[in-house]
Amino acid sequence: MSPEHTPKGLGSIADVTALLASVGYISTPEISTAVYLAHHLRKPVLIEGPAGVGKTDLARSAAQALEFPLLRMQCYEGLDESKALYEWKYGKQLLYTQILKEKIHHLIEDSDGLDASFKKLAGFQDLFFSRDFLEPRPLLKAMEQTGGSILLIDEIDKSDEEFEALLLEILSDYQVTVPEIGTIEAQVPPLVILTSNNTRELGDALKRRCLHLHIDFPDAELEARIVRTRVPAISERLLAQLVGFIQQVRGENIRKLPSISETIDWARTLILLHADVLEPAMVRSTLNVILKRQTDIVEIAGKVDGLLEAAQADAVSTR
Amino acid sequence: MERTLTSYIRALRSAGAGVSTTEALDAARTLEIVGYGDRQVLKTALGTVLAKSVEEKDLHEQMFELYFSRAAAAASAQSDDSDEADTSSEDPDSGSNSDDDDGGGEASGQESRGTSLMDLAQTADAGQIAMAMERAGARAGVDEIRFATQTGYYVRRMMEELGVEALEARLMEQLGQRTPEGEAEAEKLMEARSRVQRMARVHVDARFEVFGRSATEAFMNEVLVERSFGAMGRGDMDRMKLVVAKMAKRLAVKHARRRKVRNRGQLDLRRTLRANAGHDGVPFDVVWKTKRKDRPKIVAICDVSGSVAQYVRFLLLFLFALKEKVTDLETFAFSAELADVARPLETLPFEEAMMRIIDEVGSGGTDYGKAFLQLKSGYGEIIDRRTTVLILGDGRSNYSAPRLDIFQEIADQAKRVVWLCPEPEGNWGTGDSCLLQYKPFCTLLSHCTTVTDLERALDEVLMAYD
Repeated sequence: MSPEHTPKGLGSIADVTALLASVGYISTPEISTAVYLAHHLRKPVLIEGPAGVGKTDLARSAAQALEFPLLRMQCYEGLDESKALYEWKYGKQLLYTQILKEKIHHLIEDSDGLDASFKKLAGFQDLFFSRDFLEPRPLLKAMEQTGGSILLIDEIDKSDEEFEALLLEILSDYQVTVPEIGTIEAQVPPLVILTSNNTRELGDALKRRCLHLHIDFPDAELEARIVRTRVPAISERLLAQLVGFIQQVRGENIRKLPSISETIDWARTLILLHADVLEPAMVRSTLNVILKRQTDIVEIAGKVDGLLEAAQADAVSTR
Repeated sequence: MERTLTSYIRALRSAGAGVSTTEALDAARTLEIVGYGDRQVLKTALGTVLAKSVEEKDLHEQMFELYFSRAAAAASAQSDDSDEADTSSEDPDSGSNSDDDDGGGEASGQESRGTSLMDLAQTADAGQIAMAMERAGARAGVDEIRFATQTGYYVRRMMEELGVEALEARLMEQLGQRTPEGEAEAEKLMEARSRVQRMARVHVDARFEVFGRSATEAFMNEVLVERSFGAMGRGDMDRMKLVVAKMAKRLAVKHARRRKVRNRGQLDLRRTLRANAGHDGVPFDVVWKTKRKDRPKIVAICDVSGSVAQYVRFLLLFLFALKEKVTDLETFAFSAELADVARPLETLPFEEAMMRIIDEVGSGGTDYGKAFLQLKSGYGEIIDRRTTVLILGDGRSNYSAPRLDIFQEIADQAKRVVWLCPEPEGNWGTGDSCLLQYKPFCTLLSHCTTVTDLERALDEVLMAYD
């Protein structure tokens, strides 16, 4: 059941890991397996997990590594088919009617009676509802790609339930139905990636059609590898301290836990500030990079010394 | 191997994961693609296909370890080349003391019964044992096990499938001879029997872990949700927390949706113009004004005097589970005096917080009138038109003034007043109970003693906001 054409890099699970690593995305076995299966089973992948752990980035990296176009569909409340699937170019239709008016006049000139004219026009009525007047939106665009593509449906949990239902046809059969034209099938099924932040529970019908991948906060070792890839300038010593501190902060009872993207931002910040060791004062003044709520910052600022020590102790015990 | 997969899926289902047929088919295709070579890869791949939420992932993780345990892996590896295994077990040396009953009518019965009980008892080959157990287990229907108390029955069934009757017959025969050789032989037979019995028990226990454990759990949860709070013991508390969390999640899913309603009939001019800019301003698509729905706000007032304290515990547990996603919540406790208890509940572990609240507030005679008065004067501004005032108490006010005037003011100010009473309806208004006096001002007054009652009441409260 494997698709006729498997792009290089999707041949095995190890290949997927290598492929993603080539563009700087450090993958886990779970992530690679999901991408591998998505291609070979022709199934969309639904990725869940906290914000900032690299859900969207996976799609971006995969597209970059495979040299596929990335079609991104950002979901929001009130998103409907005219913005996701297709829209008729009404303006163009009106314009053409105006231009063609005389031609039509010419055409029905010699037929007498309404009936005869109507019959004559009937042959042309599909003209205005044809592919030429259709404005493809991301989902339809993805169906039309001939060389494979990656379709990213971002933050599906932000959309309405109606939109979820709209997706079902696309996700299971890779086709879009436009009532006036018919069914448009995908040339090459796109690799579909959906992301969700779990603000609401998704429908069972949608979940059933997807493979499911949960990306959580990484452990210290993986996080260190990710930061090292993204911020090569960082010294090993600072990296170890930084990751250790972040791991400790994640154990605290705060509202918004820092994610990988925050760790990376923080690493960049510290490099800009020429810090080569984490000092309590430095940590306190840059806490706003990793924590996004005032109450969290206040809470952690009071504990910086203790957390740094705990991180230190952790590093020693694992060594 | 297909059978192994379907039976694994059955195990997942009985553990509470909703695996559909489509997903089962996907799993079969996944097997074709990734193969059985790497256990870790197989586990991850099946997890991706079969488990569709974090909870289900955990479940899969657990079940996979239980189900595809080492022994089972050895057994399946052997059953792949079962021909060799079977011929080797029917080697001449085992033929001598073979008390094969040959009773199995089915084709599959013959080969496995070739491995007699005595062989099984003596062999040290783990794979062979596992395979024999697997087969006997399948014929005995061990996978149907649901409760721990069924273990004995299924062990016996397995022993029968393994041919214990023939062995026992022979045992009786040997004992009947009353000769030293006979007794020695009988001794050996008995020992063999108990060894095999132990193996069978291990097998049944493992199967119970896979298929039965969650059924038992589900059953106990079912019993618990219908049990009165008053009759609940300390030991039930942990299980109760899980049950409540589950119910709260269900309610949250139900009510967290659709925060906007269309206000049909009122045109949103600005957005209509914007939406139709592409059509030359001709209004093809009309946009109606929408109204954001109120987020539910619950002000819970709990009587924590001795008679009601146990009920309060569960209400608060439930409300706090809902708090994140669904509601704004203010919590007050009182008996003689009223106190805002949001702080301890938010900062301390639940049990500790409850103890402290009951310590601080729970003494003295209950006075409902005074509590309402203190609420009105101290926190009057928090009750607004989107607030549901939720009162949990028996309405027994120790003959103090009920202050109906204050209660009416609160009721007028709030969206709804819901009173949950642990006492049955027959007792309302008897003795020092003022419930019937308060009743006219309540939107809803209901008897509430089990978690199910609680869920229904809260569902009702949240429904008012849909």
